[in-house]
Amino acid sequence: MTGIDAASLTPPPPVVVAASPGYWTGVGRRLSRDPVSMLCLAVLVAIVVAAILAPWLAPADPSIGSVVRRLKPIGTPGYPLGTDELGRDMLTRLLWGGRLSLLMGIAPVAMALLVGGTLGTIAGYVGGKTNAVIMRATDVVFAFPSILLAVAIAGALGPGVANTLLALTIVLIPPIVRVSESATTQVRDLDFVEAARATGAGAITVVRVHVLGNVMGPVLVYASSLLSVSIILAAGLSFIGLGARPPTPEWGLMLATLRNAIWSQPLLAALPGGLIFVVSLAFNLLSDGLRSAMEVE
Amino acid sequence: MTTTADTAAPLLRVRNLTVRFRTPRGPVTALDGVRFDLARGEVLGLIGESGSGKSVTLRSLLRILPSSRTTVSGSIRIDGREVLEFGARDLARHRGGDVAMIFQEPMLAFDPVFTIGHQITETVVRHKGVSWAEGRARALEVLDLVRIPSAKLRLDEYPHRLSGGMRQRAMIALALSCSPKILLADEPTTALDATVQIQVVLLLRELQRELGMATIFVTHDVGVAAEISDRVAVMYAGRIVETGTAAEVLKAPAHPYARGLLASTIHGAKRGDAIAAIPGMPPDLAALPPGCAFAPRCRQVRDACLATKPLPRALGGGRAIACIGGEGAIA
Amino acid sequence: MSEIAHPAEPALEVVGLHKTFHLRSGGRTRAVQAVTDVSFRVGAGRTLGIVGESGCGKSTTARLVMGLIEADLGDVRLAGREVGRSAAEMKAFRRRVQMVFQDSAASLNPRLTIEASIMFGPVVHGLSRAEAKTRAHRLLDRVGLDPARFAGRHPHELSGGQRQRVNIARALAMEPEIVILDESVSALDKSIEAQVLGLLSDLQAEMGLTYLFISHDLNVVRWISDEVMVMYLGRVAEIGPAEAIFEAPAHPYTRALLASMPSLDPEARTLAAPITGDPPSPIDPPSGCRFHPRCAHAAAICAATAPELNAPSGDGRLEDLHRVACHMAAAGASWAGEGAGP
Repeated sequence: MTGIDAASLTPPPPVVVAASPGYWTGVGRRLSRDPVSMLCLAVLVAIVVAAILAPWLAPADPSIGSVVRRLKPIGTPGYPLGTDELGRDMLTRLLWGGRLSLLMGIAPVAMALLVGGTLGTIAGYVGGKTNAVIMRATDVVFAFPSILLAVAIAGALGPGVANTLLALTIVLIPPIVRVSESATTQVRDLDFVEAARATGAGAITVVRVHVLGNVMGPVLVYASSLLSVSIILAAGLSFIGLGARPPTPEWGLMLATLRNAIWSQPLLAALPGGLIFVVSLAFNLLSDGLRSAMEVE
Repeated sequence: MTTTADTAAPLLRVRNLTVRFRTPRGPVTALDGVRFDLARGEVLGLIGESGSGKSVTLRSLLRILPSSRTTVSGSIRIDGREVLEFGARDLARHRGGDVAMIFQEPMLAFDPVFTIGHQITETVVRHKGVSWAEGRARALEVLDLVRIPSAKLRLDEYPHRLSGGMRQRAMIALALSCSPKILLADEPTTALDATVQIQVVLLLRELQRELGMATIFVTHDVGVAAEISDRVAVMYAGRIVETGTAAEVLKAPAHPYARGLLASTIHGAKRGDAIAAIPGMPPDLAALPPGCAFAPRCRQVRDACLATKPLPRALGGGRAIACIGGEGAIA
Repeated sequence: MSEIAHPAEPALEVVGLHKTFHLRSGGRTRAVQAVTDVSFRVGAGRTLGIVGESGCGKSTTARLVMGLIEADLGDVRLAGREVGRSAAEMKAFRRRVQMVFQDSAASLNPRLTIEASIMFGPVVHGLSRAEAKTRAHRLLDRVGLDPARFAGRHPHELSGGQRQRVNIARALAMEPEIVILDESVSALDKSIEAQVLGLLSDLQAEMGLTYLFISHDLNVVRWISDEVMVMYLGRVAEIGPAEAIFEAPAHPYTRALLASMPSLDPEARTLAAPITGDPPSPIDPPSGCRFHPRCAHAAAICAATAPELNAPSGDGRLEDLHRVACHMAAAGASWAGEGAGP
């Protein structure tokens, strides 16, 4: 068997490479075998799709109400889920409300993941003073209880969806910074990262190729568990009047406006709350399933 | 030492020991019909590579395999009593009392939040039912036995404050504290530096002689096995492929795997000497071939080897190999 | 082996390496003198074996040579020219010196395929992906792994021996001159170890590689090395041709180390441990000769001054250098009748 001969430049015949399933494929497969996760995924997909297709699925106009038809119970002909305190069709408002509620739950997590993940990875990889600066700043923000912080920021900025998104993003950044910094610190000391540095690669290449892929797992799992928190926080902000403003349909806001209807139509008043609960629980269980699927190496 | 196996009944009799694990990839046969004897006061060296089943053998003797996914069948008799049929009370007396084990990593044996003295004393008190003061006296006694300097001071030390060699000695002391009949050693010197390793091996040899304890010493290092064993058994893919006295097996091995293993062990070889490596890969326990497990890598393989699993064949004088060929190799 | 002509310049020369780590424990800062005044030379195409026990500094030395850790003092010279500290020079240096680690699994990114791991280095240095892929497949073939079966696999699907072959291929992908093998075969089963050692030896002959072979296994070091360096607590105790070290060890520590090797003959067992106690920690090492507290031959001078490696004997050719850092040996003490190594 000859060694590597620089003179033999004829390319070898193309090799058919047996590719083994990647890590994420394996995760997906294990996840698909978990009945609880699949149920949650199905429920979430159904709700998200329904919310997206609200303009076409909704039977009525969300803003048109009628004082005469207020607080009709569930099952009234023409209004499958009843009407709210201003006579607007509940089903329609729930569908439309889903768009905003889901957006206010998912968007802050996504943005926090981007900003927090970057900050945490930099802090973890570079270490030293950079790490100290980033982590201590994170600690300061983290010291405030999340709900109070959200209220304070939203209160300072004023009501409105955009401000709520900003407030929630700020609140969610510190925990993600912590998780990604800790994951990065662990990965950075592994032999294969050292081997990559030993090839003379620059820090950004090493992080991009070797560190990120291994850090993303735990960070994604953590972020998915934050989704349920974010949905509840968003609904809560709207409930106290700092999020969406009437007459925009939004689940948290609907809970607030239907508060007094608890005495007359309890089931009706509970509907938005029920949806918030279901979505939050589904995200939570799905994130648990994701974590289990990722643990098996 | 080695011929008493014939005259007195063996202390330990293992027959047809089979252990299967349920894994996500399917059932794995970790031990397949293992059979051996251990006489009183004898040291049996168990040599094998990873996947050979040597550690599983020790753990099944102590019955510390994970019960939920393991099936154990066969017979393990110590002084005539069947270990596999022990109930909870008998097991508690058996582990640490009749049979004690020392591990590769000494930190695994000790709880980091209690002192050495406390842990040894507690073991003695639980097994012998004596008072704490008597237990502590016994702890001091065994620490002296394993030649730990300033034993009295060490009684009140935490495990992490001891050096590697000291911790290993302390673990041996813990194992010996209840005067077990059988000592199981699972690669106790593998993680130690060379100069410390030889000290611990010599210590074990001396203690074993003084206390007359039967010992099963598991190792992948042929040199260490030579230093301490009276008899040697070589394992491969969950089966014992050769047994005999240490001199017989290590100087004139008969089984092709044992011969390959010894030939590929580098000892005293100089630059430029050829080394004979066993070709091929270690066996996949989830997919063993139907016949002899070593057949895919054996240079003397015949058709019959692929068809039937070879059973151990006695060659006289306590020697046995699991191979249909191999006789010509015995000088 | 000494018939092979080699250029006057050693392929790798290390002069006066020093490294002290500072550990903060309980408010105090303690100095760990990991590597103190280590110098050695390795000729092109030769193997230097580095042996020693825990705390001797052999792994730290390897990382200092690789540039993974920055030395406090000392320099590294490749083919006579000193390696600079600038980023560009370090990158060029990294192409010429590569390392294979002990833990075959931890050295490979679990998320990348085998070929991606091997291709990473060459691509960093400017090769196109297609060329890097071709090189990766050729190397896989050379180390005995069929590219069709292994290139697309992930590390956890391979056995320890196979992974170590991948690590070797990965190191060779950079086409280095020098390969540092840090306990590269220690974690492998003996039968696989023999295979991988055979591979390493073949590769060295074919490609003219220079090896730095770090190991605690003296038998393997004896087989693979041309020269051997014995380290104790961060210092060089003895250095010289492999056979000289093994057949006529001059430093008391080397003698004890060699005598600690288990005998393979059950009928000729070791009777007494050559040395007692554990290797000490490099924090606050003993004064003077660091081995003197455990040495049977220590005299007053040994506690006072640290011995230097004595001047080279012979005609100064690279392979004739057998040097010892011991006052007693330098003073001509002979160990005859004491029972040498194996």
